[in-house]
Amino acid sequence: MSDVLYKAKVETVREQAARPGLSPLNKRRWQNFKANRRGYWSLWIFLILFVLTLGAEFIANDRPILAFYKGELLVPVLVDYPEEKFGGFYAVTDYRDPVISDEIEANGWLIWPPIRYSYSTVNNEIPEAAPAKPSWLYSEEQRCSRYPLGVDDPNCTIGNWNWLGTDDQARDVMARVIYGFRISVLFGLVLTLGSAVVGVSAGAVQGYFGGWTDLIFQRFIEIWSSIPVLYLLMIVAAVLPPGFFILLGLMLLFSWVSFVGVVRAEFLRARNFEYVNAARALGVPNRTIMVRHLLPNAMVATLTFLPFILNGSITTLTSLDFLGFGLPPGSASLGELLRQGQRNLNAPWLGISGFVVISLMLSLLIFVGEATRDAFDPRKTFR
Amino acid sequence: MNPLLSVRDLSVAFTQGGRTTTAVDRISFDIAKGETVALVGESGSGKSVSALSVLKLLPYPPASHPSGKILFKGEDLLAKREQDLRKVRGNKIAMIFQEPMTSLNPLHTIEQQIVEVLSLHQGMGAKQGRKRTLQLLEEVGIRDPEKRLGAYPHQLSGGQRQRVMIAMALANEPELLIADEPTTALDVTVQAQILKLLAELKERNGMSVLFITHDLGIVRKIADRVCVMTQGRIVEAGPTRTIFDNPQHQYTRHLLAAEPKGRPPAADAQAETVMKGSDVKVWFPIKQGFFRRTVDHVKAVDGVDITVRAGQTVGIVGESGSGKTTLGLALCRMISSQGRIEFRGRDIDQRSFTDMRPLRSELQIVFQDPYGSLSPRMSVAEIVAEGLGIHEPRLSAEARDQRVVDVLKEVGLDPETRFRYPHEFSGGQRQRIAIARAMVLNPRFVMLDEPTSALDMSVQAQVVDLLRTLQTRHDLAYLFISHDLKVIRALANEVIVMRNGRIVEHGPAAQIFERPQTDYTRALIAAAFNMETAPVGVVSE
Repeated sequence: MSDVLYKAKVETVREQAARPGLSPLNKRRWQNFKANRRGYWSLWIFLILFVLTLGAEFIANDRPILAFYKGELLVPVLVDYPEEKFGGFYAVTDYRDPVISDEIEANGWLIWPPIRYSYSTVNNEIPEAAPAKPSWLYSEEQRCSRYPLGVDDPNCTIGNWNWLGTDDQARDVMARVIYGFRISVLFGLVLTLGSAVVGVSAGAVQGYFGGWTDLIFQRFIEIWSSIPVLYLLMIVAAVLPPGFFILLGLMLLFSWVSFVGVVRAEFLRARNFEYVNAARALGVPNRTIMVRHLLPNAMVATLTFLPFILNGSITTLTSLDFLGFGLPPGSASLGELLRQGQRNLNAPWLGISGFVVISLMLSLLIFVGEATRDAFDPRKTFR
Repeated sequence: MNPLLSVRDLSVAFTQGGRTTTAVDRISFDIAKGETVALVGESGSGKSVSALSVLKLLPYPPASHPSGKILFKGEDLLAKREQDLRKVRGNKIAMIFQEPMTSLNPLHTIEQQIVEVLSLHQGMGAKQGRKRTLQLLEEVGIRDPEKRLGAYPHQLSGGQRQRVMIAMALANEPELLIADEPTTALDVTVQAQILKLLAELKERNGMSVLFITHDLGIVRKIADRVCVMTQGRIVEAGPTRTIFDNPQHQYTRHLLAAEPKGRPPAADAQAETVMKGSDVKVWFPIKQGFFRRTVDHVKAVDGVDITVRAGQTVGIVGESGSGKTTLGLALCRMISSQGRIEFRGRDIDQRSFTDMRPLRSELQIVFQDPYGSLSPRMSVAEIVAEGLGIHEPRLSAEARDQRVVDVLKEVGLDPETRFRYPHEFSGGQRQRIAIARAMVLNPRFVMLDEPTSALDMSVQAQVVDLLRTLQTRHDLAYLFISHDLKVIRALANEVIVMRNGRIVEHGPAAQIFERPQTDYTRALIAAAFNMETAPVGVVSE
């Protein structure tokens, strides 16, 4: 080999050593993932939506992001200021109150988020009885009819529009959708990761040790998974106040089971691989063998499975909310929006908004999942 | 006279991820009627790909043929439509594959599988098909074919399975038989039987045979003409005798010179005893009935005495299923066994897996399959250093890296390649990595479980040389398990011949090879060195 070639080789070797995270295998997987255009774009769209909704308080909120009042810079979005500060008497300031906002405007300035409603803010200025149509369906006079100064009222601005109308309690649907998206995705992610950790560990132990461990665990899982989750939720809802974490914990008790099958199968298959035997012959302890040699095998199956479990978790939360056994009343939830749509057939924007958001979210995740599956399929070839 | 098959300028290319690799580069060869042509080459030389493209059995795409014609009786097979090709496949041209286990459908009986071929191409009914099947099974030398008709593939031995594959291939009296390494997965004794059968059948039916192999011994035995392939090209072709007596191309000479050479020193009874097993037994219980009572045992290893001394090699030979590997694993305490096992004066047969851990660094194993024994997700450095992390945890990162570099140099690998992953290495290099992983811990005893049988001939010789060098340098005790007597002869001072879990013959290597005492040993030797079959009953089928 010529000298130059050899140096180039050493160079690439060094490069690979410097970036151990990007093994050639993972590079190929990323290439395969990108080759699925639909999945690739879906990933970006989803990531953008997710990051945006993570900062939902800065997009849709009934408090200003920043306020400058009497020489003091305030951050109402993060800090609760008592109303006394601005001359009122409530414990928490209602910035939407024209008295307060005029007071601040007179002594400084305010920066509102683009949508001036939080998920629980009631809009008292809707032109007709709730649920109100999206603002862009009204003429300007109608839209501003409930404001004290009518069309000339400084608060009848685009920031106070209800882009997707309001629900039957006069809350802004757009704000509820943004917060609902966030809570659904977060719930799905936490539940999926939690059940992945539990399910993968359980499957790993069963598959690796086999024999009696496997037999007893499998029977236990059969009994465990035959408990009707919905009834349990109803019983628990009667005793404990429903909340995000109680719901999460209850769901987690049962959702890990779905991972056990694949992981156990992978471990059963791979525990007699020669490199696993070779590791045993080196004296590597069981736990290390499981983590270092067997888990990567099972991770492919698990990762492929993950997006679909994520979707399942979101759907479960939505359906529980729809039935009224989900998040506490008043929370921003897409299932509750769907229920309102079902009850108020005269207000189609409720059902349509809920449907579009849920189907968009689930489709994006499924497309990402498909691309992930393709990326991890060693036999898949792209032209 | 026109040749039966004429391959002209054939190329095969594979496209993946926008990159095109040429696996076969403009090869041409002819096969006349009734002739056996061998395609010889090492793995990756493109010989199997060439054979598969004759019947267009490659995955299209990514495979493609940038150039070439395959003329079978004057018709170009590459230009044929899929429907027309199907009439040729299995009918005019039949194929047998390397793995007889995976080439047969495990869910169908032998009869179903052979009758399917017959009904597909000849429209034979069940009754007629059964008659013909019996005839075929008889022809390929399966005894009591009536009893075998209802058998499933797992109930047959490897040799019998390959015979059934051959019967299926012959069912429609093909004019050309393509045999893709049909004996590589078989024992040497069974290999000899299958080769003999193929030669007889060819003679009887006037078939032509395209034989693909990496084993020059087989070629010399059965082929009329040879094409030597390397890196996708045929570098030399001609009558077998000419090629063997007067090889022209450098690569052919290299192949011919590649047999494992050298002889080990004579056994030295004074050397320190490293491993000693007395009356070692590995019995697997057969349980029956509701209460899983133990009714009998499978005696995988049945009362074996063995002593391995420092700097010496004990070779264990025998057919598959004779308990060689089981014995080795029992000595290394990888499976449970009865009987006393002493390792450097310490009794280890009662130790638990955890108690064994401190000893594991002195007691290493090199496995058969270099593709399976290296974790595909770890770099070479990580693989080699794994044992160091357990047995010498206090080693600093630099010292550990230095040890890895040293051992890689010792086994003949470029240490700069240690950050790569196993798939970037060839079979021989991978086996060197596996040896490095064992050697980095400075073991006293190494069990070598068929370390050369998955490798090409020329690589085998290199690995044998490497093992011998390492043994002399570090005074290692080897337990060398193989069914390949050529490798055993090159390395072992002492040989144990095993059959059905028992020792058939035991003695210094020279004595076993020159004056074998039992028919079984004689049959093994004849099959390994001359590919000759033994009388019925001496070895298994």
